[in-house]
Amino acid sequence: MRWINVLPGVLVTFALLLPAPAAAKTELYSALGEEAGISRLMETFLLEIAADERIVEHFIDTDIERLHRLLTEQICELVGGPCVYSGEDMVTVHTGMGISHAEFNALVENLMTAMDAEGIPVGAQNQLLALLAEMHPEVVKL
Amino acid sequence: MHTNKFVGVALAGLALAVVQPVYADQGRFIATGAATTIDGAGGGGIVPWATLSSYAEEGQWGATASLTEVNVDDFALSVSAASLTFDNRFEFSIARQRFDLSTIGGELEQDIIGVKTRLYGDLIYGDLPQISAGIQYKKNRRFDLPSAVGAVDDSGLDYYVSAAKAWLDGPFHRTWLANVTLRATRANQTGLLGFGGDQNDDYKLMTEAAVGMFINRHWAVGMEYKQKPNNLSFADEQHWRDYFVAYFPTKSVALVAAYADLGSIAGLDAQEGIYVSLQATF
Ligand code: HEM
Repeated sequence: MRWINVLPGVLVTFALLLPAPAAAKTELYSALGEEAGISRLMETFLLEIAADERIVEHFIDTDIERLHRLLTEQICELVGGPCVYSGEDMVTVHTGMGISHAEFNALVENLMTAMDAEGIPVGAQNQLLALLAEMHPEVVKL
Repeated sequence: MHTNKFVGVALAGLALAVVQPVYADQGRFIATGAATTIDGAGGGGIVPWATLSSYAEEGQWGATASLTEVNVDDFALSVSAASLTFDNRFEFSIARQRFDLSTIGGELEQDIIGVKTRLYGDLIYGDLPQISAGIQYKKNRRFDLPSAVGAVDDSGLDYYVSAAKAWLDGPFHRTWLANVTLRATRANQTGLLGFGGDQNDDYKLMTEAAVGMFINRHWAVGMEYKQKPNNLSFADEQHWRDYFVAYFPTKSVALVAAYADLGSIAGLDAQEGIYVSLQATF
């Protein structure tokens, strides 16, 4: 086995072990249209969820106005905006809901659709998606 | 011809997926089912990835049907394949390969049955890669030529382990994917020329790899590399490479086009050409 033949494999293995690069956060806040843009995005997002029969039943008893306000605060803070999230932590909120992998993905797909509809550039979409993907263990199967 | 019925079934599947709305629960993100490799397993074009085919998440079923054509200077490979995935845990696949020796004359045929199971992790979530292991049973439908050039067996088992990871926000704020596969094999030209040979008859551990970048959720570009053993003394066998563009317009369809460099095959050097694959997902 010549070493050159295994080199691509070795390189990819190293790549697999690298952490994802950190997002440049205030840039992301602007790319999402600051607080007003995030509020609009969250509205479109919640309308998508409302139309998604895969997950909408989770939200039947939810105060949507309140959820919209909390999501806007949370995302705004998460992307480096001047907001302070005033809701409960993710684990507390989602414990007992038994959210499946597929349901988590469905919710994120609704966000993708909403981001497309709001014309958010691919790079900014990916940064936000990566931040939300980190919350996966705080939301799923609790 | 014997492949016609097989191709017919795959085509019917494709037509159905394109025409019909999707009823299956497709609980994973678009493109995470990847495409179908020439050996029928979910992956790129020539490398099986740790991803499982279709979009089946936990508790869900999914299926794919695909047709692949590879045209290089002196040979043409046609593959019809189908797969079934359950629970994002088990993938079962079948493939029929037909390899036309356009210049030399004649043809080779091989059937492949594969199973793959996800052992650990998730492609998207968490810091560690998704790891899967698979077995492929390959059987030559005709062994005259492989046997004439020194192949020992007309069937063989390949064993592989794959690790794959996607970075949603990778370099250039694009989503990237990398996969490494280690395969233990005795196959000559992936089995088309039989298994084991006069030069070597033992299992060899081969490295395969793939890297891709998603321009957006629907378009990806990347490359693959596949190391291969050199068991037959009649002709040198070389590694394969491809550079691909993949298009996922919806979760029902995937289209892959690639430039393939298959090195020297049966003594004919520098086999380069075009790879095209169409996959329907249910
Ligand atoms: C990264 C993903 C997610 C984020 C960032 C997120 C964020 C939030 C936030 C900020 C709240 C309000 C917290 C509070 O009331 O104090 C909330 C509530 C809620 N979340 Fe999530 N969530 C995520 C995923 C999910 C998923 C996948 C589901 C279900 C499919 C879900 C279902 C709910 C429900 C039903 C409520 C409202 C509970 C109530 O009625 O008070 N969440 N989420």
